Amino acid sequence: MVANIGFGTLLITLIVALYGIAAAIYGQKSQHERWVNSARQAMALMFPLLTVPVLSLLYLLVTHQYQVAYVSEVTSRSMPFYLKLTALWGGQSGSLVFWSWLLAAFATAITLRDWGRDREFLPWVIIVILVTLLFFLSLNVFFENPFSRYWQTSTGIVQAFARPEGAVPFVPRDGQGLNPLLRHPGMIFHPPLLYLGFVSFIIPYAFAVAALVTGRTDDRWIRLTRRWTLWAWLFLSLGLILGARWAYDVLGWGGYWGWDPVEISAFMPWLTGTAFLHSVMIQEKKDMFKRWNLVLIILTFDLVVFGTFLTRSGVLSSVHAFAQSAIGPLFFVFIALTFGISLGLLLSRWKDLESKNELHSLFSREALFLLNNLLFLGIFVTTLWGILFPLISEIVTGQKVTVGPPFYERATGPLFAGLLLLMGIAPLTAWTYSSLKKWGRAVWKPLVFSMLTFPALYIAGITGWQGVLGFWLVGFVFAVTAYEFWRGAAARIKAHGENVFTAFYSLVKKNRRRYGGYIVHMGVIFMALGVIGIEMRQVETQGTIPEGGSLSLKEYSITYKDLVSFDTHDGRNVTRAVVGVTRSGEELAEIYPRRDYFYDANQPMTIPGVKSTLAGDLYVILVDWREISEAGATFKIYYNPLVNWLWIGGWVFIVGILVAAWPENELDRVQKVSSPLIKRKR
Amino acid sequence: MGEEMAVKEIKNRGRIKFIVGGILIVTAVIYLIASSAKANTQYYLTVEETNVKYEQGELNDRNVRVSGAVIGESIAYDMENLTLTFTIAHVPGEKAALKAEGGVAAALHQAVNDPDRETLDVLYEGPKPDLLVHEAQAIITGKMTLDGVFYADEVLLKCPSKYEEVSPEQSG
Repeated sequence: MVANIGFGTLLITLIVALYGIAAAIYGQKSQHERWVNSARQAMALMFPLLTVPVLSLLYLLVTHQYQVAYVSEVTSRSMPFYLKLTALWGGQSGSLVFWSWLLAAFATAITLRDWGRDREFLPWVIIVILVTLLFFLSLNVFFENPFSRYWQTSTGIVQAFARPEGAVPFVPRDGQGLNPLLRHPGMIFHPPLLYLGFVSFIIPYAFAVAALVTGRTDDRWIRLTRRWTLWAWLFLSLGLILGARWAYDVLGWGGYWGWDPVEISAFMPWLTGTAFLHSVMIQEKKDMFKRWNLVLIILTFDLVVFGTFLTRSGVLSSVHAFAQSAIGPLFFVFIALTFGISLGLLLSRWKDLESKNELHSLFSREALFLLNNLLFLGIFVTTLWGILFPLISEIVTGQKVTVGPPFYERATGPLFAGLLLLMGIAPLTAWTYSSLKKWGRAVWKPLVFSMLTFPALYIAGITGWQGVLGFWLVGFVFAVTAYEFWRGAAARIKAHGENVFTAFYSLVKKNRRRYGGYIVHMGVIFMALGVIGIEMRQVETQGTIPEGGSLSLKEYSITYKDLVSFDTHDGRNVTRAVVGVTRSGEELAEIYPRRDYFYDANQPMTIPGVKSTLAGDLYVILVDWREISEAGATFKIYYNPLVNWLWIGGWVFIVGILVAAWPENELDRVQKVSSPLIKRKR
Repeated sequence: MGEEMAVKEIKNRGRIKFIVGGILIVTAVIYLIASSAKANTQYYLTVEETNVKYEQGELNDRNVRVSGAVIGESIAYDMENLTLTFTIAHVPGEKAALKAEGGVAAALHQAVNDPDRETLDVLYEGPKPDLLVHEAQAIITGKMTLDGVFYADEVLLKCPSKYEEVSPEQSG
């Protein structure tokens, strides 16, 4: 019954979306405002309509309706309630519904804004968003139906939505349960945020296409979507950071970042999106890079779809073939079509998009922004190559090959370092043309300050040139960014007689975009600190120790105190070691590395015990133990220096985006809105 | 007239700067990709291919990646030294061949139950990966040693039969 409601509404949504597209096209062609309005109402219905199948599926999930194949595949009776909810995006068809639902939320939200003088964009924005939504909806309706059920027929059990002739419902007694690797609190936030980031990049893309079609090639579309883009970037960044954290917290995902193709597929739109965020500033300020910005947003959109495709189709993890889904080729067609059409539109407007200004000096703010873009694109091309090269090689030479993390690290390392350096240089340069003298006057103080890293590194015993360069870069960018804040605040103190705190506060408040950006930069260098620490300075040891015995690593020592094994209510057997941690003989903490064994899945999951400080993490894994506990247990210990800064930096990064993206308060807005007369005119 | 020419020339000279700069960066990126790819590209082989190449002496000290089906009863773990040994059986690499065997799960099942399949002994130092079970697909990266045992630096495992392809992939 509920499954019928869910699928029925899914079908209705599909039809309404189809109608919306048709109405928008007709309304645009015939210049009938009524039809455009009708299309707008159709799009406004997307979110309420799609909420029905989502709620239906959630209901089925939490009420154990195992006749529904999806419910049976991703949940089981023993799973905690919150995981039954998250199972909505735990499998293929459910996550596609969820994806569409999020996009629908944005689609509906966008219809509610005041379109005022951007009325001409409206039909095209509707068309782009609804076509995308239609594509994903049809995947669900025609290929990956989340409401498909099990039926017992004379020949066996079949899976279908409608009852086959002469069949009776087949209801498994329990579900298979969610993959144990996904039974983690990380499941609550990581996938939804990533999806949110993905779908929200569709909004700026829709406006870009609308601008191209209507020929309003000024920066209006960018100004309209600036905040959307920032929110999209926020969600995507947060999704990536939380994913890294989850991977760090559970052994087996290969550490915080493993250059896995699926990770990369989420990282690629982030790279082009970040390049886009930077280069639109140049278009707004200098009316340059117009074509470039369009290329970037088109690329980002198709990378979002490509990323969903890679995550969903399993095509990449399947170099030696895996579950093949019928939806793979469809994604390719969709990507090829949207990419082709968008590029065609761009070319048709090529002449109109000529810049009024030109780059004059290599050493100007805009030239450095261009360099920043080239570096981001360089990293993007590298990662794309890493994914495509194995496929190309197989086609060309017939030999299957693969590239692993060392490829990515070696190829992107210098580019990331270049980006860090730019973060230190660019903020102090001037627009159009910077004189070296003027720049030197601004930079010498932070530069001198950054030299302090050298003695500090020497004392810490860090000598390799890569480490020294990396840490120096972090110090330099930190100094430059802090100096920028200080310069701004000092000027306010002088001019307005404000105290230090008000000066900082109003500095950021008056120019949130700029200083939000600097806060983001701060976040990035903290994260860089963590990455350099764990990548270059990680040490490890391992050993089997009896109860009461110890194992040392650097100035740390762990003592194996106890081991307990017990069953939980949610179908796990937990084996948990109690381990004392001392640093230089001083008692520091007690940690509990453990192994969870999932009965239903017949699969263990290893969870490390971690003692985390700002200087570094002691990361202890319970590898194995003897059944008779006094015989001892085996541990593997890592020391991950500075890795905490990766997470701290992540939060600073997010705060920075929030500062830049947060809606302005009413008072600011009133001052900025132009005369109400304009509104009445339409 | 002359003035216009001069302006144009200055403009062109300005452009050349940027073109040269752009070319330099693009070259650098291409160099980075090419050299890194050259140094870090590995063969991705089936068990049969590995054995053939090994006998032909083509794998001397080369890092390769091999995929195969884990034979459950071969899994042995030495707790003292954290050394893990197991054997993988040949699974065809081509999609068509896999399809002929009825999909990945079926292919893995056949591989471990067919005594005539080529096999490869694997040695790995480190914690035992959680997903290392009978009939799992193992993707191992490492080198062949002189005694014909594959010394793995990395073990990646997948259990395709049980769950959907969310990301059932783990490294050890």
